[in-house]
Formats: sequence, structure tokens, C-alpha cells
Amino acid sequence: MARVKVFVYPKKGVLDPQGKTVESALHTLGYKKASNVRIGKYIEMELPDGDNKKMVDEMCRKLLVNSVIEDYHFEVAA
Amino acid sequence: MKFGVIVFPGSNCDQDCYHVAKNVLKQPTKYVWHQETDLSGLDCVILPGGFSYGDYLRTGAIARFSPVMEAVKKFADSGKYVIGICNGFQVLTEAGLLPGALHRNRDLHFICRHIELKVANNKTAFTSACKTGQTLNIPIAHGEGNYTCDAATLKELKKNKQIVFTYAGENPNGSLQSIAGICNKRGNVLGMMPHPERASEAALGSVDGMMIWRSLLKR
Repeated sequence: MARVKVFVYPKKGVLDPQGKTVESALHTLGYKKASNVRIGKYIEMELPDGDNKKMVDEMCRKLLVNSVIEDYHFEVAA
Repeated sequence: MKFGVIVFPGSNCDQDCYHVAKNVLKQPTKYVWHQETDLSGLDCVILPGGFSYGDYLRTGAIARFSPVMEAVKKFADSGKYVIGICNGFQVLTEAGLLPGALHRNRDLHFICRHIELKVANNKTAFTSACKTGQTLNIPIAHGEGNYTCDAATLKELKKNKQIVFTYAGENPNGSLQSIAGICNKRGNVLGMMPHPERASEAALGSVDGMMIWRSLLKR
């Protein structure tokens, strides 16, 4: 089986209120150097071995990602 | 006017919408389960608020693939009226029936309170009983009502006068240009975050939501 890891995150320029809130919490904890905190999603799945890239990309575009607000990349590990 | 109220697993404003259409507006109204695909005989379909499919993945992302949504698309293509309220609005954007997307409120809070809604365009089927610039007292109740779209889409929305409602005064959720509701280019599909069905009887503190229903019934 191939392990697929999909990373979905807010598009550059799209406000990420979660990231902003976590960033300020990090600052409160003393981690003042943390900047540009962005929060996304990590999705993993298994697929039969083979060339899955096209299919995974299709899954992202059809369901896993909303391209208005999110970007993505994925890794397929044999 | 015959109303259909779509019920997804997790919808929770379906009964409110049904009640208003049936008992307040006194129109023939029925529920349409998300597995159904027959919308024949209906004139207006309402996608109610709630948390369809638990808001899993993204709000509205899974509901969009319900069997009924193909029928809703055809219904909209035929020029009939579709209203998405709150989660219904989120479903309509995910389904591509309306442009843009709704994401997390600027301050992360779930906001549940009455707001002043400004009618930005009264030349729509949903606002013809209003005056442009008029404000309506209608509640919002959402955690993800922060409307956004790219610059080209915003330009289109403005050019075609698709921005139907904006928040008057303070922007509660950070939405682009204070957008609270938009329609499609053809003007028969409306999506809005505020809940007119919660402001259609005096006992609920406001009847301003009636302005939207009244506009629709003039058709």
C-alpha cells in the first residue's frame, strides 16, 4: 500500500484567524520570535501501489481543498 | 408560492424555515430530505442553517455532494428561487452556485446576536419590498461567516450588483467589504449569513425578516 499525506493550508493573503490567535498565544508564552503562524490540515490515506498522483490531485480539487481559500501539496510514499 | 426546505443530516434551522413558510407566510411547504432528487412543483427551495455533516472537512463541503444538490443545481438553472441561509449559504458556495467562500470569523468566536443588515441592492427578487440602504434587524449565528473571494470575483460581484446585503456599522466577522449576502448573476439564487426566519414574528423581537419573504411572494 502507498501512504498518501495531503497538506491543506490557508492561501497566502487569506486571513487565518486561528493562526493569528495561536501566534499571539505563543507570544504570551514568551516565544516572541514566532511569526506568520498559519494553521492548516493534514489528511492521510492509503491507496494501492501504483501511480496515484493524478488521482490524489483530483481528490484535492474535488473535495479536500477549497481553492478559494486554501492551497495544498501532497506526498505519496511507497 | 410552493416552498421546499432541504434537510441535511445536521441541519437545525429546517423546522424554523418550515414554520415560517407554512404558518406565517401560509404557503404550501414541504421538507425535502437530502437523499431526494425530485423538486418538481416547487417554486422556492430553502437550504437552512445548521451544521450539515457536522461541518466536517469544511462547512458545506460534504453536503454539496448530497443527491439533492444535483437537483438544486438544475432547479436554479431553470430560474427558480434558491435561498441558502447560514450553513445553506456555505453549501451554495461549496457547490459553486455562488462565488467565493465563507471561512472562520475574524475573532474566532461563534457570534449569535441581532445585527443591523443593510440592503445593498433592492432590485432583486429577495429585496424588492425594501429600499436600498434600508437596514433590517436580523440575527446572525455563525462561527464561519467571514466571506471572502478573490479581487476578480469581487469586481464581478460589484459590476453585476450581486452584493445584496452588507453589515451596517461594525463588521461582526471580518467579511470582505462587510458582505452579508450575495446572489448569483442571474439573481435567482441568494446566500446570506443572517437568519430571516428568526426575525419573522413579533414574539421573536423583530419582523424585519418578513421583508425578504414579502419580496419573494410578490413574484
